[in-house]
Amino acid sequence: METLITILAGVLVTVATYLILSRSLIRVILGTAILSHAAHLLIMTMGGGLKIGSVPILGEGNGTFVDALPQALILTSIVISFAVTAVALVLAYRTYQETGTDKLDELRGMKHE
Amino acid sequence: MSTLIIAIMVPFIAAAMIPFLYKKIVKLHIGWFAMLVSTILFIYLARFIPSIARGETFAHTINWMPSYGINFAAYLDGLSLILALLITGVGSLVILYSIFYLSSKESLGHFYTYLMLFMGAMLGVVMSDNMMVMYVFWELTSISSFLLIAFWYQRKRSREGAKKSLLITVSGGIAMLVGFIMIYVMTGTWSIREVIAGAGGFASHHLFIPAMLLLLLGAFTKSAQFPFHIWLPDAMEAPTPVSAYLHSATMVKAGIYLVARFTPVFGGEAIWFWLVTGVGLVTLFWGSFHAVRQKDLKALLAYSTVSQLGMIMSMFGMGSAALYFGYSTESVVYTQATFAALFHLVNHSTFKGALFMVIGIVDHEVGTRDIRRLGGLATLMPFTFTIAMIGSFSMAGLPPFNGFLSKEMFFTAALTIHEAGIFSLDAWGTLIPIIAWVASIFTFVYSMIIVFKTFLGPYQEEKLEHPAKEPPVGMLIAPGILALAVVGIFFFPNLLGDYLLTPAMAGIFPSFATEGLGVSIYAWHGFNREIWMTIGVVVAGILLYRFRTYWMGIYKIFDDKWSFNSLYSYVISFMEESSTTFTNSYMTGYLRDYMVYIYLFFIVAIGGTIIYTGTYAFDISGNAPITEFEWILTFVMMIAGISILFAKSRLTAILLNSILGYGVAAFFVLFRAPDLALTQTVVETVTTVLFLVAYYFLPEWQKEDVPRKSRNVNLIISVSVGVIFTVIALAVQNGKLFESISSYFEDSYKLAGGNNIVNSILGDFRALDTMLEVVVLLIAGIGVYTFIRLKAKKEDEHIENQ
Repeated sequence: METLITILAGVLVTVATYLILSRSLIRVILGTAILSHAAHLLIMTMGGGLKIGSVPILGEGNGTFVDALPQALILTSIVISFAVTAVALVLAYRTYQETGTDKLDELRGMKHE
Repeated sequence: MSTLIIAIMVPFIAAAMIPFLYKKIVKLHIGWFAMLVSTILFIYLARFIPSIARGETFAHTINWMPSYGINFAAYLDGLSLILALLITGVGSLVILYSIFYLSSKESLGHFYTYLMLFMGAMLGVVMSDNMMVMYVFWELTSISSFLLIAFWYQRKRSREGAKKSLLITVSGGIAMLVGFIMIYVMTGTWSIREVIAGAGGFASHHLFIPAMLLLLLGAFTKSAQFPFHIWLPDAMEAPTPVSAYLHSATMVKAGIYLVARFTPVFGGEAIWFWLVTGVGLVTLFWGSFHAVRQKDLKALLAYSTVSQLGMIMSMFGMGSAALYFGYSTESVVYTQATFAALFHLVNHSTFKGALFMVIGIVDHEVGTRDIRRLGGLATLMPFTFTIAMIGSFSMAGLPPFNGFLSKEMFFTAALTIHEAGIFSLDAWGTLIPIIAWVASIFTFVYSMIIVFKTFLGPYQEEKLEHPAKEPPVGMLIAPGILALAVVGIFFFPNLLGDYLLTPAMAGIFPSFATEGLGVSIYAWHGFNREIWMTIGVVVAGILLYRFRTYWMGIYKIFDDKWSFNSLYSYVISFMEESSTTFTNSYMTGYLRDYMVYIYLFFIVAIGGTIIYTGTYAFDISGNAPITEFEWILTFVMMIAGISILFAKSRLTAILLNSILGYGVAAFFVLFRAPDLALTQTVVETVTTVLFLVAYYFLPEWQKEDVPRKSRNVNLIISVSVGVIFTVIALAVQNGKLFESISSYFEDSYKLAGGNNIVNSILGDFRALDTMLEVVVLLIAGIGVYTFIRLKAKKEDEHIENQ
């Protein structure tokens, strides 16, 4: 299971990297969103064994719990990545309003060439 | 004697106080405070003269980084004392002069802060025993010199001159630092005294010659020796008090001090002898030769300073020959060159300081320094004229002024050295007195130009900005005192010799008995070769001066196109252009390129490490079993992820992204993480809405019309990144290095009073993190709001272009 999830995360990282390398700003933002999904799955597999034990709430199950620490970290991460995505989207919106383009190669702030 | 260290620190403290005093005290000129500090230091240092003359030295150390041997070690011996007295003495006079020279409209707070900074740094250079500390002070003098040259920073030439001097002296300083480090490698100590004590023990080390060359590079750049002299004439853009102080009396002597200080270590080597003597002589000739052609009086003085510094340098070179022979009655003859060098060091500071101040007075009163516009000022400015004459005649080497004495001793040294019979002097030695003599003729000519072209000849008032008149008395005091010193030293040279120069000799030749090092200076020693050389200089000089219109054409040979100045400008502009081209070639401003650099680094560094160390491990034995539903979910997510790349419309892309998000939420359910599943579902929903709203305002999802080549590069990079990511993740899973700390949190009810472990971690164990996370959300919220609502005001738009 861990191996499968890791490979899934790897596929998502590949997709995210490809999107981040694109010209269009919205693709880049989408790429970062996918990257955070991959990261969450990865953190999950890093805990002490998937699906071993019950929900990490005292009084549930037979006394063994799945690893709670990765869950706490991921919870923080979900919220933060949401904030990042929101800011990036608004930044893209504002950039488009001001410059009329979302193409990153047209947005380079230089006067050379 | 901890007061020595305090003495070095006092100017720095004063520099820190001046800006505040300048604001507080409006009525009194802030220069008086600076002068008070400087004068007190001078008196304090002068009190050391009797004990130093008895052969004592003073040292005090404050530990700084003892484990590295870098300590704040102050050391005062005869050599340091001469320089320290010049720094504080000439400093006081220059400050007195500047009080009348600079109008109160100038930013005096800055000026005196920089000046005090320089004084402290310079005292630090001459009184540091630790090479590292000395280097720091050395660079600090360069920086304060930069600030002072650019004092009138509105002028382009000031800024350029400042930049030039900084670039040249600091590059030399770095070379010197490397030299110091080499010396440390050879000797294992940073202390100059200990290096000198061990001198001779490491002469065969392979770093010995490189260390010497780098050290000399530092000294030559600082003391404006050929071909690094080009910064000094440009530094004359500084206010005249600065030129008088830094660029003739003190800072440019730092290189000479360095040579003198390290003579016991390197002296006696043929390379040292030839480099110091040769570069000194070339500089002497080149400087005096070019001084004659200058039309600006200050430029003339700048070249003359270059030339005089070369003369002092060459004498230190000649004196170093004495160390070749070791201590004996014959070798003491050569030490007289060093004695003459020290003597001329002091003399030069007196007459050149006076001359700079006089030129400053002329400039200040009539508004020009161009000798074509000046003339006939003698009757209108009699006191100024007198001082100028004393200074110039001393520089020309005429009696009864101190320059005559040191010039005679210079001839003696040049004549003696070519008979020494070492370092292949038989072949080239005859050149030394010839160059010395020819250069002295040019020195005589430009000294005459200062006096005759400025003060005699026809008075042309229509060419001047203001009619000539004597300056305020205050301006005449400082150059007057220096002029008195010029005459005084001529009549009582041995006072200076016995109390200051002879003790300084002991610092340069520590292995020699002090009695043999002192020299009695006589103004008259009969009709010997030296006096005939002087008479020859005067006769030839007068002839050259009278008929200079006939031979001035010679300077046309030295086209500006082939000068060191144009080489410097060429190198600077070449470096600027090539670095701009190079930087622009990879700083494209295109996000994709930067991401490519980051990913490439990741691939090479991390992937390379994995392959190199062979740490990849793969093992599925400990894995949890996979149910059919999980297989399906995984494949759905993989397909959804890959399909995003081929999505035709943005709606498809958004929905595919939601599939990923909800898929992750489903996995959270399977992995027994109810809190995560709930949060993920909510967040994914909001994110999808947000994407949809944002896309409504953004342009249509377009096909990526980038070249196939860069698309392939992107593909290769992303696949490599994904593969390396997976390999690392798998390797980490199979190599647990330590026990998990998670079981600690399972005690959450007792520790935090919560049954939900995840919530306890967030709300209790790591409550501060969670609070800051909320702050992040708040900032993000403000950011979103600002981006949407705030519009640039009209008047703000152009601010950046000003």
